[in-house]
Amino acid sequence: MWKDHLTEIIIFAVLFLLVSVMGFVAARWRAPNDMAHLDEWGLGGRSFGGWITWFLIGGDLYTAYTFVAVPALIFGAGATGFFAVPYTIIIYPLVFLVLVRLWSVSHRHGFVTPADFVRTRFGSPTLALIVAITGIVATMPYIALQLVGIEAVLKTMGVTGESALARHLPIIIAFAILAAYTYQSGLRAPALIAFVKDTLIYIVILVAIIYVPYKLGGWGSIFDAASAKFEKSPAATDGLLLNANNQIYYISLALGSALALFLYPHSITGVLASRNRDVIKRNMSALPAYSLLLGLIALLGFMAIKSGVKPLPGATKGTVDGNTVVPLLFDQQFPDWFAGVAYAAIGIGALVPAAIMSIAAANLFTRNIYKEYLSRNATPQQEANVSKITSLVVKLGALAFVIFVNPQYAIDLQLIGGVIILQTLPSVALGLYTRWFHRGALIAGWVAGMALGMWMLYQIPNLNTKREHFGGSNFPLEKFGFDTKWTIYVGLVAVAVNLLVAVLLTLILRAARVPEGTDGTTPDDYFADEGDPRVTPGRARDADSARESVA
Amino acid sequence: MSEPHAEEPRRAVDPEPAETAVVEAKDRNPWNWLLFVPIVVPLITPLFNRDAPRLFGFPTFYWLQLAFIVLGVGTTTLVYQMTKKRR
Repeated sequence: MWKDHLTEIIIFAVLFLLVSVMGFVAARWRAPNDMAHLDEWGLGGRSFGGWITWFLIGGDLYTAYTFVAVPALIFGAGATGFFAVPYTIIIYPLVFLVLVRLWSVSHRHGFVTPADFVRTRFGSPTLALIVAITGIVATMPYIALQLVGIEAVLKTMGVTGESALARHLPIIIAFAILAAYTYQSGLRAPALIAFVKDTLIYIVILVAIIYVPYKLGGWGSIFDAASAKFEKSPAATDGLLLNANNQIYYISLALGSALALFLYPHSITGVLASRNRDVIKRNMSALPAYSLLLGLIALLGFMAIKSGVKPLPGATKGTVDGNTVVPLLFDQQFPDWFAGVAYAAIGIGALVPAAIMSIAAANLFTRNIYKEYLSRNATPQQEANVSKITSLVVKLGALAFVIFVNPQYAIDLQLIGGVIILQTLPSVALGLYTRWFHRGALIAGWVAGMALGMWMLYQIPNLNTKREHFGGSNFPLEKFGFDTKWTIYVGLVAVAVNLLVAVLLTLILRAARVPEGTDGTTPDDYFADEGDPRVTPGRARDADSARESVA
Repeated sequence: MSEPHAEEPRRAVDPEPAETAVVEAKDRNPWNWLLFVPIVVPLITPLFNRDAPRLFGFPTFYWLQLAFIVLGVGTTTLVYQMTKKRR
């Protein structure tokens, strides 16, 4: 019953309203010269310094869903769920090496999306369209998942109802507010809200990792309780440590997820919004603070085992909603008012990435579909308007998804999203280093990787939800004919095949002298920094003078 | 400086692009190779897939992987300092 949770609900609502006001005020923050330009609305004027970038990218990569789903995984399976830690360690050196180049070339050419880069680099609108569509399709379910994060909190507070409308009303209101201030303030809104979100999360977690183990009898006994639970369970995949069969999966999942994460449009949007190369590089040293946070949050799953949490029922009969594990732990262990703060941290935590993701998807549509195919001569002002409207449509789509479709599908689709976004690795990430690949070969490689990835995911059943297909990303190698119980992450296999096809076909197409297209970038572009001259496609814009000298 | 780029530059790509070599050369700094340490080490499961020794009650699997975060921070900071452009 919601009345038992009144204090929690009030605190949650007050903090939520506070950040909503901030979202609207953000339009005036670091006042832009001209908001009616995609650089301003969609990239915050490409002007964010070290601190803002730290909060923005941190708030962007570590989503509400992560905070809810990773401990849920640890709660259910143990060690495997801890892949989130190596995953978020190895991503930063990768960004340091690769995305800094993307920042430079985008700075010089005025690129807003990864597909913009691919179009100019390989002279292929088709390849750019493929990258754009892949990005949009991978991002949509990710936005829907943020809603799943908020729903887990609302459910725990007892804010549910009999009819579908009553049950979803709070989320509809929350998303309407989010949509309105994103429309008005663009990337500045999540950048400003990220300050509140991250501060709340850090406070909640610091308290949780000191106070809860103290109440539960210390860390040692928490790990022992988890170990006892996994020893009793008949499943072969769980345990306090990895076993012989899931180590390859652990490694490939951590590596594959890291490669996927920095290809997601919303990560790239966060990186492109920074002021210069130095800001990005320094942040790669500072952002792992969030990885420590995530590692500790993951361990909340073990605390929930010790605390005896029983997850709430899921959407269909006989299943449980693992995502309610962390909210329930807070409810059991914290006083009401602090549980309210913790819920607000998760709820607000959903808004920041949802806003950035919808902006990133909208930018992809505007730049690589609208401008490319529908209105060649769109002015920057028209681009900004189309992006603003698209961001609304994208959020409506995500909302409809959660209301009308079983949320479980959002989770499955996000799993697929990681696999498909990885297929843009050769054209986007390797494209930043080399123009060796043939554009036709990159398209063929993408098709091969997608087909294989889908087939592999289709083969994986889920034992918990009793479904036969798309049940996970751990592909048993015995299906390839190997005599082993090892499993491996689908995305990594698919992208390996993608690369193989791209390499072979590049050799063939080159031997056949098929035209390669032109490369609109020069080697120097990949090192351009703040203050270097820009080449903006179409109408030239002297961007780099006064505005960026502001500290 | 901006003269050669006044319009969107379009140039044919060499079949054997000589420029790629120049790109690599300019970006190549031996310090960058150090970044592969925090990419590879956290993926070597035999290093940490054990319970003992525990630290503050944490099994090795958990505390050592959390400690790799420090390794990552240390390496990126070092490489950043060593490759920083002098202005």
